[in-house]
Amino acid sequence: MIRSKALVIKDTDNVATAIQAIRAGEAVSLGIGEHVLAIKVLDDIAFGHKFALVDIAAGAPVVKYGEPIGAAIKDIKTGQYVHVHNVESIRGRGDKQQPKG
Amino acid sequence: MEFMGYRRADGTAGTRNHVLILPTVACANHVSRAIARQVEGPVWVEHQHGCSQLAPDAAQTARVFVGHGIHPNVFGIVVVGLGCEGVRAQDVAAEIKRLCPYKPVHCVIIQDAGGSFSAIAEGARAANQMVKDASLCVRQPISIAELVLGTACGGSDASSGLSANPALGEASDMLVDAGGTAVLSETPELIGAEHLVAARAVNKEVAKRCYDMVRRCEESANALGVDMRGSNPSPGNIEGGLTTIEEKSLGCIYKGGTRPLVGVFEYAEKINAKGLVYMDTPGNDVEQLTGMAAGGCNIIVFTTGRGTPTGSPIVPTIKVAANSELFHKMAENMDLNAGAIVTGEETVKQVGQRILAEMIEVASGRLTKAEILGQNDFGINRIGPSM
Repeated sequence: MIRSKALVIKDTDNVATAIQAIRAGEAVSLGIGEHVLAIKVLDDIAFGHKFALVDIAAGAPVVKYGEPIGAAIKDIKTGQYVHVHNVESIRGRGDKQQPKG
Repeated sequence: MEFMGYRRADGTAGTRNHVLILPTVACANHVSRAIARQVEGPVWVEHQHGCSQLAPDAAQTARVFVGHGIHPNVFGIVVVGLGCEGVRAQDVAAEIKRLCPYKPVHCVIIQDAGGSFSAIAEGARAANQMVKDASLCVRQPISIAELVLGTACGGSDASSGLSANPALGEASDMLVDAGGTAVLSETPELIGAEHLVAARAVNKEVAKRCYDMVRRCEESANALGVDMRGSNPSPGNIEGGLTTIEEKSLGCIYKGGTRPLVGVFEYAEKINAKGLVYMDTPGNDVEQLTGMAAGGCNIIVFTTGRGTPTGSPIVPTIKVAANSELFHKMAENMDLNAGAIVTGEETVKQVGQRILAEMIEVASGRLTKAEILGQNDFGINRIGPSM
């Protein structure tokens, strides 16, 4: 059995994590629960980095480990690279506090 | 299951038998190092604190010093002060002696001794006698229920949460089931995952303390008006694939396994519970190790995805690489490899068992890579500014 190049941790995740470097254009097969999903990866993904399993709308949660890990800053397409350029954290956002008058 | 350890007169169990040279103020660093170099065997630390600190901050610093002095891994201690510092060496030494009357404790005050050379001579004579006496101690079989495991992750990347942290969680569960204590810490790395840990609290009070601790941490981060990203997660974490603190936290909490959370402790507070507990520490690697050591952890397992040499001067720190590339690249710093979990060649349970076996060997005397390199990393978490 050929091992997948990416891992999906929980069935409800909308991103996968590369456990081998993936080149843009590669088709990756992923086991998610009982199902096998085939995704065409649109960008180069380094070891440990993520790509989208489904389209994620701007403002929608990015889900890994079955939990929200942040929100999309812009629309993300299936297979696109997901990282700091298109995801923001919800927590620890001192920059979003109201300035104290 | 047993390890070969040192039984102290107060019943506590140590995995090492160190003589420690400890400055209580930065001004005594240089003399402390010189004392340690005069005698073969002591460990020493240096730091930037011990004076000009507001009372609650100074109290926390003192707690770190006393915690290291009373630690069962420390046979004897030479406490070095300047003579005018806020965290007085005499007070720290007296408190160590009060709590551990059986332990050799000597206090050197540079101003009283008459300068550097006299202080070095006095401290070296005391250390010399302690090393001699320590050499007579013999290890004996002790139940692993007396291990207090500090769990740490540092230099994390995305593989940390996939391999090494879950494997450490397995080992943590096995130790807790055997009657031991495991400590989870690094409060910024609970942000986004705190509900999962609080859900395992044995009662509402422990759960509330968990949430309060995380809120306090997040508020202090937000107080400076910036996005935490870049400080935690660090640039290295981000390069390694971790996008947000939430993602990092969800991978980090695996270190704590699955057993119920029985208590929450402040930074460097003495841990007096069996089972899984939480200690409020920053994510900063060195400050975290120092807090857990001061609280009484007698073995530490430290996972890393990017690689780091850090190790406590008094508590053996076992390094677990989260990916095989790191394990081979930084071989002189890594003790175990969890990378085979990523490739599917080993299961989390198998690596967890290997971690537990290594913990027992190291507790019984096998040196870690960090000890062989002489790592004596010591960093005190400050809760106030210097005045």
